[in-house]
Amino acid sequence: MCRRVLSKCSLNTSRLGAVPTALGSLSRCPTPLWVQTLSLTPSLTLPCPSSMPSPRVLSLSPESRAQRLPLRSPREGAAGRHDASPQPALLGAEQTQGPQPPLQHLHLHLHLPPPALPMPGAGQRHPRPPSWRRSAQARLRLCPPIVGTEAFPGPCCAEPGAAVMAAALRRLLRAGGRRGAALVAAAAACGPGPQTLRLIYTTTAAWKKNVAASGPEKYTEAFIKKQIEEFNLGKRHLANMMGEDPETFTQEDIDRAIAYLFPSGLFDKRARPMMKHPTEIFPEQRKIQWGEDGRPFHFLFYTGKQSYYSLMHDTYEKLLNVQKHQDQLAAQDLPPQKEKKNLVGSRWLTKTELEEMLLEKLSDDDYSRFIQLLQKLVMMPCGNIEENYIKKFSREISAQLQKVVIEPLKYDEQGVAFSTGEGRRKTSRATVAVYDNGTGKITVNGIDVLHYFPVLQDREQLLFPFQFLDRVGKHDMVCTVSGGGRSSQAGAIRLASAKALRSFVTEKEVEFMRQAGLLTVDPRVKERKKPGQEGARRKFTWKKR
Amino acid sequence: TEPCPAVRPLSFSPRSRPPALQQPPGPGAVLPSPGPFPLSRAAGDGLLSEPLGHPDFFNVKELFSMKDLFSARVHLGHKKGCRHRFMEPYIFGCRLDQDIIDLDQTMDHLQLALNFTAHIAYRKGIILFVSRNRQFCHLVESTARECGEYAHTRYWQGGLLTNAHIQFGAGVRLPDLIIFLSSLNNVFEPHVAIRDAAKMNIPTVGVVDTNCNPCLITYPIPGNDDSPTAMELYCKLFKMTIIRAKDYRKQREVFHKLQSKEEGGCARPACASRGCRAP
Repeated sequence: MCRRVLSKCSLNTSRLGAVPTALGSLSRCPTPLWVQTLSLTPSLTLPCPSSMPSPRVLSLSPESRAQRLPLRSPREGAAGRHDASPQPALLGAEQTQGPQPPLQHLHLHLHLPPPALPMPGAGQRHPRPPSWRRSAQARLRLCPPIVGTEAFPGPCCAEPGAAVMAAALRRLLRAGGRRGAALVAAAAACGPGPQTLRLIYTTTAAWKKNVAASGPEKYTEAFIKKQIEEFNLGKRHLANMMGEDPETFTQEDIDRAIAYLFPSGLFDKRARPMMKHPTEIFPEQRKIQWGEDGRPFHFLFYTGKQSYYSLMHDTYEKLLNVQKHQDQLAAQDLPPQKEKKNLVGSRWLTKTELEEMLLEKLSDDDYSRFIQLLQKLVMMPCGNIEENYIKKFSREISAQLQKVVIEPLKYDEQGVAFSTGEGRRKTSRATVAVYDNGTGKITVNGIDVLHYFPVLQDREQLLFPFQFLDRVGKHDMVCTVSGGGRSSQAGAIRLASAKALRSFVTEKEVEFMRQAGLLTVDPRVKERKKPGQEGARRKFTWKKR
Repeated sequence: TEPCPAVRPLSFSPRSRPPALQQPPGPGAVLPSPGPFPLSRAAGDGLLSEPLGHPDFFNVKELFSMKDLFSARVHLGHKKGCRHRFMEPYIFGCRLDQDIIDLDQTMDHLQLALNFTAHIAYRKGIILFVSRNRQFCHLVESTARECGEYAHTRYWQGGLLTNAHIQFGAGVRLPDLIIFLSSLNNVFEPHVAIRDAAKMNIPTVGVVDTNCNPCLITYPIPGNDDSPTAMELYCKLFKMTIIRAKDYRKQREVFHKLQSKEEGGCARPACASRGCRAP
């Protein structure tokens, strides 16, 4: 279903390089298993119990976790293999419950000759830097091919010893079962002589030198196709789960279902679980740029930035066209066209928009060069010929430079003209209706102004717009105001009434009002208190000592 | 009035004279076929070896004449102070401090270069036009587009040829011929692509002016690279050669296909009755 989500929760199996198979089956177990890889040399020997001391086998069940020893490098292993006393902790681990009987079984069957090839790094003097040693032990070639489990049969080894080993391992895993399966770990096989198994935990991070330098992940077409199939299948499953019809299950339904099934309190919407069509998730990528015979499709392919340079080429061609047209007009002694495209309400594409259009990364210089070329094209007298081409790279700026529209007068049932206005100040919000042919009566929230605003200062504020326009006793006002305090409510009503009065008054007087500051929203709000200070500006008392 | 100063020949020892231009490879020599896309043997025998029998199979000589070169101002070089030492063999003389390029040699070199280009185009090679002269950038790109080849008249990123597999992706095919219509870059130094092409074993054809270094260029063409007329002439010549060679290749392919169909039909007359599907 929502594989993306599930895969995030569980172990990321694909990261572990050569060990997808064994781990893949284990990661789907409900119990958290963290035993990672298993490596066996085909020519490995487990010593027979009769001849050698008990094998150094590490069982990685959770119980034995405490008794685990740190891993050792092959060199140390090589150095230490001649120790007479095996580690007591390992022995202790071996004596715990679990897969002991199968191990005995393992001992009897796996009496293999020592390997013919010398193990690398064992007892050999190589003039290599020490870092090689550390990374070498993590490399796959020291860990020979992985044996798969029953679910995912691994690569078949040619040697009979490995096959026997594989069979034994499978038996062991089956016996171990899903719950807390103890995997037999192989101790290091170091050098000729008695072979011991060793656990090696590797990740691709240890192999690859510089993962980040390989660039963004590239998705093949087959991969994207598969993702789309999985998405469609998952969509149907989700519809079934929600009890809806799979045929008419839209993207909004999917979003709602996912929000219901995976509720998340994360603030960032992009961090929440989502299930979208793969084309929305995987960024659009360039397909292979050349055909079967190896010849690239685009004639500017070898420049590296074919879309950008082809764009420059085309734009320059338009410029040459315009110049030719101008020359023709000049030859015929006709004046060049005077109409100019109005650039006021439009802007050029931003760099990101251009990058999206071209599907290529641009530098700032490239972008500025392109815009300069476009501007040169537009500035030319006959630039209007290529208007269609220029339109592709310009966008309208909406609403910024539009003139404020003054609403016309409205008329109520009695035929009295009135106009409404809205205003705010601090946290107060006021709406006002100013009626013509009035006597100067003002009602605020159904209460007379004298009762609502007992203080003279507030009433003066309310009066100011009318006083400014010499219309003191000529209008009635009905206001509703909420929020804020006494003074801010008064200011809000003042602004609302000034806005309403614009409809009654000439444009010149509106301009006078604007210059007087009657039509401007007062931006002053209470400044927040900062930590380390007593108030917004007041600092704590400074004491010399 | 004083007689106008004549063209003063450059004094150079016999050693600095260019060696006699070698004959193009004889009928026996076979050029290696381009890229990892070899033809089948049956086609390769006739198709690829046929043009190699003649020194001027595509008859590129008829495309230009001495008069064309002269009227396009190809013979005009830079001033005496800008002269490059290795260009002295190609210079006819110096008049009023301006170098004059020897058009006889230019004719020979141009014929060789055009012949080579034609052979590369015949064998479906990738040809890359390079010029860092801003004045002719558009012209060169248009020429390349019209003859179905490639152009690079922009800033040259360092690893385009030498680091191609990382910059373009694995499996990219490099150009089989690079044609320099101006072999200097914007700071009057030799273009990096000359050296890189030599590193990658890519043959080069280049128009070398009197201030250029002709050393690493496989087929240099001594000539003017600054006049619009000269550049238009070069572009026209290269375009005509390439189109001519490609057309001829198409004709030969069709011919060979028909021929092999006939041969396949004639060789097995018995099968015809049974409706043999062999081509």
